[in-house]
Amino acid sequence: MSADPTLLLAQAQKITPPSIEYSSLSPLLIVFAVALIGVLVDAFATRGARRVIQPILAGGGFIAALVAVAVLHGRHAVLASGAVAIDAPTLFMQGTILVFALLSVLLVAERQLDSSGGAIVASAAITPGSKGSTAQQTSADMQTEAYPLMVFSVTGMMLFVASNNLLVMFVALEILSLPLYLLAGLARRRRLLSQEAAMKYFLLGAFSSAFFLYGVAFAYGFAGSVELGKVADAVGAVGKNDTYLYLSLALLAVGLFFKIGAAPFHSWTPDVYQGAPTPVTAFMAAGTKVAAFGALLRVFYVAFGGLRWDWRPVLWIVAILTMVVGAVLALTQRDIKRMLAYSAVAHAGFLLVGLAGTNTDGLRGSMFYLVTYGFTTIAAFAAVSLVRTSDGEASDLSQWRGLGRTSPLLAGTFSFLLLALAGIPLTSGFTGKFAVFQAAIEGDATPLVIVALVCSAIAAFFYVRVIVLMFFSEPLAEGPVVVTRPTLTFGTVGIGTAATLVLGVAPQPLLDLANTAATSGFVR
Amino acid sequence: MRVDPVLLAATEPGGQPIHYAAASGVFSLSWLVIVLPLAGAAVLLLGGRRTDRVGHIIGTLAAAASFVLGLVLFATLLGRDGDDRALSQHLYSWIPVNGFQVDVGLLVDQLSIVFVLLITGVGTLIHIYSIGYMAHDPNRRKFFAYMNLFLASMLLLVLGNNFLSLYAGWELVGLSSYLLIKFWEDRPAAATAANKAFYMNRVGDVGLALAIMFMFATVGSTSYADVFGAAAAGVIGYGTLTAIALLLLLGACGKSGQFPLQAWLPDAMEGPTPISALIHAATMVTAGVYLIVRAGPIFDGTQAARTVVVIIGAATILIGCVIGCAYDDIKKVLAYSTVSQIGYMFLAVGLGPAGYALGIMHLVAHGFFKAGLFLGAGSVIHGMDDDQDLRHYGGLWRYMPITWVTFGLGYLAIIGFPGLSGFFTKDRIIETAFDKGGTSGYLLGSIALLGAGITAFYMTRLFLMTFHGKPRWSSEGPAAKHPHESPVSMTGPMVVLAVGSVFAGGLFVLGHSLQDWLEPVAGTGVEGVHTFSPVVLTLLTLVVTAGGFAGAYLRYQMRPVESVARPDTEVSLVTFAARHDLFANTFNETVAMRPGQYLTRFLVWLDLVGIDGLVRGSAAAIGGLSGRMRRLQTGFVRSYALSMLGGAVLVVGALLLVRAG
Repeated sequence: MSADPTLLLAQAQKITPPSIEYSSLSPLLIVFAVALIGVLVDAFATRGARRVIQPILAGGGFIAALVAVAVLHGRHAVLASGAVAIDAPTLFMQGTILVFALLSVLLVAERQLDSSGGAIVASAAITPGSKGSTAQQTSADMQTEAYPLMVFSVTGMMLFVASNNLLVMFVALEILSLPLYLLAGLARRRRLLSQEAAMKYFLLGAFSSAFFLYGVAFAYGFAGSVELGKVADAVGAVGKNDTYLYLSLALLAVGLFFKIGAAPFHSWTPDVYQGAPTPVTAFMAAGTKVAAFGALLRVFYVAFGGLRWDWRPVLWIVAILTMVVGAVLALTQRDIKRMLAYSAVAHAGFLLVGLAGTNTDGLRGSMFYLVTYGFTTIAAFAAVSLVRTSDGEASDLSQWRGLGRTSPLLAGTFSFLLLALAGIPLTSGFTGKFAVFQAAIEGDATPLVIVALVCSAIAAFFYVRVIVLMFFSEPLAEGPVVVTRPTLTFGTVGIGTAATLVLGVAPQPLLDLANTAATSGFVR
Repeated sequence: MRVDPVLLAATEPGGQPIHYAAASGVFSLSWLVIVLPLAGAAVLLLGGRRTDRVGHIIGTLAAAASFVLGLVLFATLLGRDGDDRALSQHLYSWIPVNGFQVDVGLLVDQLSIVFVLLITGVGTLIHIYSIGYMAHDPNRRKFFAYMNLFLASMLLLVLGNNFLSLYAGWELVGLSSYLLIKFWEDRPAAATAANKAFYMNRVGDVGLALAIMFMFATVGSTSYADVFGAAAAGVIGYGTLTAIALLLLLGACGKSGQFPLQAWLPDAMEGPTPISALIHAATMVTAGVYLIVRAGPIFDGTQAARTVVVIIGAATILIGCVIGCAYDDIKKVLAYSTVSQIGYMFLAVGLGPAGYALGIMHLVAHGFFKAGLFLGAGSVIHGMDDDQDLRHYGGLWRYMPITWVTFGLGYLAIIGFPGLSGFFTKDRIIETAFDKGGTSGYLLGSIALLGAGITAFYMTRLFLMTFHGKPRWSSEGPAAKHPHESPVSMTGPMVVLAVGSVFAGGLFVLGHSLQDWLEPVAGTGVEGVHTFSPVVLTLLTLVVTAGGFAGAYLRYQMRPVESVARPDTEVSLVTFAARHDLFANTFNETVAMRPGQYLTRFLVWLDLVGIDGLVRGSAAAIGGLSGRMRRLQTGFVRSYALSMLGGAVLVVGALLLVRAG
């Protein structure tokens, strides 16, 4: 078929550029701009200057974006030709991601952890085990590319929760994931483990992205569009006979379940959480979880809301599997970061319980839970990074023996965080669990809540075991020490712990905020 | 909900539906009353050794500031209408959902403000006293921190607008009491006493906790407004109401050292004397009385529970008096005197609305004179090098004139010398007991009257053995004593309290001022027929009191006092029993402790074999499962990818299955 050039020209003239509401997209644009500036800074600034400019730039960008999010509150619109949705849940999650990113930047910027510097490697390209590799462990340098990478990842996360179009969502997924694959390989100590983690994360992430992309294709196949609203219309119109519809839902779900770390798509979590630099782990555990859940909620509620009676049973199965796998496998872990990783898996299961209620309360509960869990987990990982031996972090559980005797303040704080993760009252862990379980019971998911409670009990066992180990065992003779100089890390632990306490004692303001966001609902 | 109008009229004290005005203006600051001493405690405890030098000043200032704020609140309340003096402040709700409402709020009303003034007023005085008393203690800062913590807890107890806040305060005062009893923890006796107080209080606390759970189960709320509204409207069944009332009473008995839970209070005297004055005489131990008056609408609905209150009060009056006669330890005598005086308060509040105000009146008056007596005793102990034995005193009036006068005024107040506090408040209780009418009225009245006589006896004995007669100590030799007056920081508060014990009673009773003030909360008794005319009864009481005084005078002033007590084998059976706390400890050991130990052993066995077996079994099972599942985590990306593929197949299959179904 030969094309008439004049016709093509005429067609091209007919295309009107989409109108972009720049002000409504400002949080995204600010963070994106900061990421680009970060790249330029890394290219042009001197080594020493970079380490000062980059964290300030990233942190300032996050704060500016937070302000923009706050200014935008109440906005409820689909923008950029249906690509992006700005509504109350989006803004809530974007704000949450920004706060967690801010805390994580503090951890990355920490330079007082070791004699050498922060948690990020000095030069990632040096082969582990070579001569330069041992030298760089004590080098005061760091790979400052970590900052722009993190900011890019945050851009992806913010777009992920805002995307109203499955293809945009896929792009956002890749923007958030690719920098994380790199960041996972930047640990200063135990380079091999870190690189292995990065490699595994990349391979499995690519695998899951493929599933997601297939899901997008099938969605286009039955709906003729990749916009969430149009997919929803098609779901209402095609009835229940379309195999493409179910294939699309299933494959999209697989991609998203991978990101939140739900079983049986969780196997990357412990390896990556253990290998990645601890600040990056904290960032992944808190930020990625919020972003992936935001996208999951949007896909399930907006695009496939009409099918909720069909996907509910599947969600139940995945939720139960996730909770059981997370809680049971955490029992036999000997590495504290792996234990926290399995705890993250179990928490993803608890979050799915809230989702399984398929009601507004569930939406509210999940959003509240994400905030509480994020603060606690960032504080917990930050606390882990403070307990060190000459080889870096003392992440083996046996090294934590008797820490309560030698460093009561840190051990006490960490115990409080563990109790919060276990869901003991007067911590935010309890109020969060209460919110999702209550929603699930109201949504007729009582059996699921019973499983969740049993898993909470199993989980409590391994949290409390660490507390017992810290306080009721004799300290090791050559035990690890708690470093006292890192101000930024202490600040992060303090903020996270304070939030855990405040949200446990006076959760009402945040619950109200989440409630407003949930009742205002998703825009279509 | 059907409301019987007759029942409503009969059970509701004020005749008004329960409604509290919202706090505004200065009342929205009432939380500061609690927070000020709490902040003091926090600063002193967190500040550590750095605050050692100024600790006592910070502590005292925090208490005084709280007192001043209490005064301001009181003055503002005075300026309001009588019906408009109850102000409730909602502070916050903890995860409100349907059917589970935990609201925290404060209630400033006529009753709570009286307690606020008593707690902070006497508290401040005792803080000042402690500056001198604890001057040489290396841990003085900690002492003040704990005292501030106690003040905050006690204020939370009386200021809460719901039973949950009350319970929180209740447990916190228990904690601070425990910490302060064992303040000198290097003394084994102090540590044991603290544990004993803690355990016996737990018995009462369980009662209180159960009562609150009952309320929550029946009414669905623990706020005073809801519970009392339901009780007054007759929504709660009689059986449940009685159960709640009796469980509350159990809590009250534990905290207030009433029969059968009285044995911990005398042992608690192992704590420093200011603590005995503040916590174990003036404030904390009267919390039981507060609880019963506060829960008046509940007790109003159940005659059975009220009868039990009266019986406990009367029994405790006698127990306290009799044992008080036998001890030679100055603080233990005062402790048993406290037990018996609180018995009077229980008797009064057990008599219903007629007695609520009287109970509170006696409570406040007692707060003054008993605190004064304890501080006086502390001054004596201080001057006698920590010797607490009455038999080693004698003739001290010459050496400590201020202590002698202030202690003397407190002593006259407690025995009911005409014109002093006790005379007004105790007489009214005796009168009201007689006015109850019938055999029970006569019985209760007689017991109260007899108690007044015995009180006069043992207090006179204590006073004479301490300040009069020949000195039974020597200023030479190895055990030389050099009695001396205490510093101004100690005598100052004693003087203030002595003035209070002289005038407080008259101030409350004349013109019914306190009774009228409390009327909206406590209700008024029906002016019944007097069994005896008040004048006759007053004379009768005076005669009995004089009898008690004369007995003690003849025995301890006219005849010399041995400096060593006669051994148990040579004393009468009554004295022997009294010296052994009327076998309360033996009773507790055989009835509660031994069976308790056997029960514990049985439960431990059951726990080990049954429950632990189950738990360990399931733990082992889950652990085994965990170990097996762990093998799936091989570390190979290929197997991870395979598991993901399996999961994807599962999800796709499940969804297609749902579609087919």
